[in-house]
Amino acid sequence: MSIIQILFSFLTVLALFGAIMVLVSKNPVHSVLWLITVFFAISGHYILLNAQFLAIVNLIVYAGAIMVLFLFVIMLMNLNAESEPRKHLWMKFAGVISGGCFLMVLVSLIRQTVELTGKTVLMKEGNIGLIKNLGKALFSDYVVPFELSSVLFLSAMVGAVVIGKKD
Amino acid sequence: MNKIVFLVPLFPLLGFLINGLGRKSLSKSAIGIIGSGVILLSFLTSCYLFSIVASAGEGQLQTVVTLFNFISVDAFTIPFAFQVDQLSVLFLLIITGIGFLIHLYSSAYMKEEETQHFGRYFAYLNLFVFSMLLLVMGANYVIMFIGWEGVGLCSYLLIGYWFKNNDFNYAAKKAFIMNRIGDLGFLLAVFWLLFKLGTVNYGDVFSQVASLSTFDIAAITTLLFIGAMGKSAQIPLYTWLPDAMAGPTPVSALIHAATMVTAGIYMIARSNILFTMAPTTQTLIAIIGLATAIFAATIALKQNDIKKVLAYSTVSQLGYMFLGLGVGSYTGAVFHVMTHAFFKALLFLGAGSVIHAMHHEQDIRKMGNLKKYMPITHITFLLACLAIAGIPPFSGFFSKDEILAAAFTKNPLYYYIGVGGALMTAFYMFRLYALTFLGKFRGTHDQEHHLHESPSAMTIPLIVLAVLSVFGGFIGIPEVFAENKNWLEHFLSPIFAESTKLVTTEHLSHSQEYMMMGIVTVLIAVVIFIAVSKFKKYAGEQEEVETGVGKLLENKWYIDELYNSIVVNPINAFAGFCKNFIEKSGIDGAVNGVGKLVSYSSRQLRLIQSGQVASYLLIMILSIVVFFIIWFNDITIMKFLNKLF
Amino acid sequence: MPIQYYIYFCLALFSIGIIGVLTRRNAIIVFMCIELMLNAVNLLLVAFSKMHYGAALAANPNTTAGIDGQLFVFFIMVVAAAEVSVGLAIIVMMYRNTHSVDINFLNRLKN
Repeated sequence: MSIIQILFSFLTVLALFGAIMVLVSKNPVHSVLWLITVFFAISGHYILLNAQFLAIVNLIVYAGAIMVLFLFVIMLMNLNAESEPRKHLWMKFAGVISGGCFLMVLVSLIRQTVELTGKTVLMKEGNIGLIKNLGKALFSDYVVPFELSSVLFLSAMVGAVVIGKKD
Repeated sequence: MNKIVFLVPLFPLLGFLINGLGRKSLSKSAIGIIGSGVILLSFLTSCYLFSIVASAGEGQLQTVVTLFNFISVDAFTIPFAFQVDQLSVLFLLIITGIGFLIHLYSSAYMKEEETQHFGRYFAYLNLFVFSMLLLVMGANYVIMFIGWEGVGLCSYLLIGYWFKNNDFNYAAKKAFIMNRIGDLGFLLAVFWLLFKLGTVNYGDVFSQVASLSTFDIAAITTLLFIGAMGKSAQIPLYTWLPDAMAGPTPVSALIHAATMVTAGIYMIARSNILFTMAPTTQTLIAIIGLATAIFAATIALKQNDIKKVLAYSTVSQLGYMFLGLGVGSYTGAVFHVMTHAFFKALLFLGAGSVIHAMHHEQDIRKMGNLKKYMPITHITFLLACLAIAGIPPFSGFFSKDEILAAAFTKNPLYYYIGVGGALMTAFYMFRLYALTFLGKFRGTHDQEHHLHESPSAMTIPLIVLAVLSVFGGFIGIPEVFAENKNWLEHFLSPIFAESTKLVTTEHLSHSQEYMMMGIVTVLIAVVIFIAVSKFKKYAGEQEEVETGVGKLLENKWYIDELYNSIVVNPINAFAGFCKNFIEKSGIDGAVNGVGKLVSYSSRQLRLIQSGQVASYLLIMILSIVVFFIIWFNDITIMKFLNKLF
Repeated sequence: MPIQYYIYFCLALFSIGIIGVLTRRNAIIVFMCIELMLNAVNLLLVAFSKMHYGAALAANPNTTAGIDGQLFVFFIMVVAAAEVSVGLAIIVMMYRNTHSVDINFLNRLKN
């Protein structure tokens, strides 16, 4: 078993465990912390795939900015395990069953898909995930969407201010 | 002639429209003059037509006047046509003549009604005459049927004239429904004729009658006879006629004498060829006629209402007419219709006069000695009683004798039973006479104080009818008295020619006939004497309780009760069942059930639209799963699942 | 590394996200589960990108095949950041009005 396989397995198990813990934690703060763990695991996956730029953006934007925002909001509202709203048991059950069905059906489809057999992912190598190559593509072929995304941010900012305004 | 034929029914129709539409604005005298005047005009026109027909030779058998095509479908047409021949002209005279007298009488009798209702009364009366004229003049069975239904409608309207009294309304409904049962038979017969022959014109039907099978003829005639049964009040459809006494008395006179009940006789006389070719039906008619004659006579013996007695006597006399038709003496039947029209109209109008004088008291036990107060009514009533009882030379004698003689040649048993009925007729009529006009007055002092003779508008029709009742019989003198002097038989012979050809009648010897007449006349005279002497002394103090047969007769053999229990009540029960069970839980249940199902299911479906995001998401996920399962069905998911577990 | 592994892993992650959305009533947790699902998709996109790149590399050493996938992930992150800012603003406002973050209070859609 190569080091890559070991790392892959470890990161996978960590991500799945973290994701489950996000669900089962009573305290929202714990959920946020477990989610950050998941994001770290996914960033690790990115690094394994040699997508260095995305790995670091994932850490900065998601684990850094977004999750801190979440934490802020939770603390602002003073949410904890006691104030956590409870769902009916049968509703939980139905959610788990339907999610499980979804997973099962898709897995069965993937297993029987002939086109995917023998396809492998290039690990560790390859330079398309480097910031240089991505930057070239971003500012040549994808410059218009890039600029548009700045407009999107602006409108999101205005929206957040308008919505969050008191009255 | 062609131009004036349609005038006969047109006048009453105009009278109906004017009186019906103007009943609120016209004065009473104007209504009376219009109502009676149109009938008089119609009568005069009929007289003119009669003179033409009477003077025309045998060659000119009939005249059919077509006004327009009533129904025209493909090859077959039903024209709106009138037929004028000896039979219809005779009936026209009876209807318009007696009708006019009754209208005249009514204008005085109904004086106390409000103007509006007075107008309504005359409008109905005119419509009644119009329908009857249509019935008689129609040149095919469909036109006859229109008139047939018309008189049914008018009888309903007139019997229920005093619509504020619910009993009268029930009587009107009863008459209408009973008639309807008969009408169904008539209608079926007409359809049968159309189906077999493709025509309903009298001329065509009678000339093609030989092409029908025996069964067809028997069925058609039986159905026609059922129609006649309803209209002419024969067993078992007779109970409406006595109840029809609920209407004003002149209406009873009109129904009983001139119109309505004679429709059945006219129809059978008109279709005589069909009936002659169906001996089975003829026997049926004779038996039913005879049974009705006896049956109604027995009931009349014990009735105490002056009009009820007359009503049952009408049913009984109609039975004689059907006996005449059944034994093939069509002329005798028509003759009896005519004489009966005279004396029965007279009896009813006389009874009306009595009721008018007694302030609507109809119980003969509370009358008596009226001859002192009402001489004209008394004399005319007596003459009518003698006529109906069959004392020579009054009119009833001749017509009844003709029927009975024909019955004797057919079957002596018919004759003996018929004579028995005639004796009963004499008895109940003179019981009525004696209780009403003889003895001493049994009413209240108040009534006695107000007793008076009726106004001349009422007595003149009585006198005219009395003359007709006395001398009307001489148009049909039997062969015994004067050879070949029977004018009526001669006059009507073209109509019944085809039938007479088919049947060979044996004539009685003159001595035999003389003997029969003599014995019967003596018997009737004895019965009259018994009746008068018995009831002259009636004082009415003690209310005798009837027992046994008497009680049975007084209650009219419990026929109404029988009909109620075997027909009316089961139908009511069935209707109740339909209403309560089928309607409420079946139809209503289905209709409301659909509504309830929709509102229930929509209420349940609404729960899906809970507004909660989680439930929408759940449905979405499940839908995606189902979508995948269906879309990728070729990659069998079940196979994988089987492998997995 | 076979691509199926990545697919199974991402599907599992995605399904956990779905289950979380379905089972939790706390709006913030639901929101976090959506982020989880987005990340699962992101990872899968990168994996496919590398799969295509690896396949194309044998023919051409200078190829940039599959770079679109990684750029898509970038844009998804942009959108996710914008979405989170607006979404959290909405949650804050909702909390201010109802003093609860229970999404079952957000059933005004019904009427």
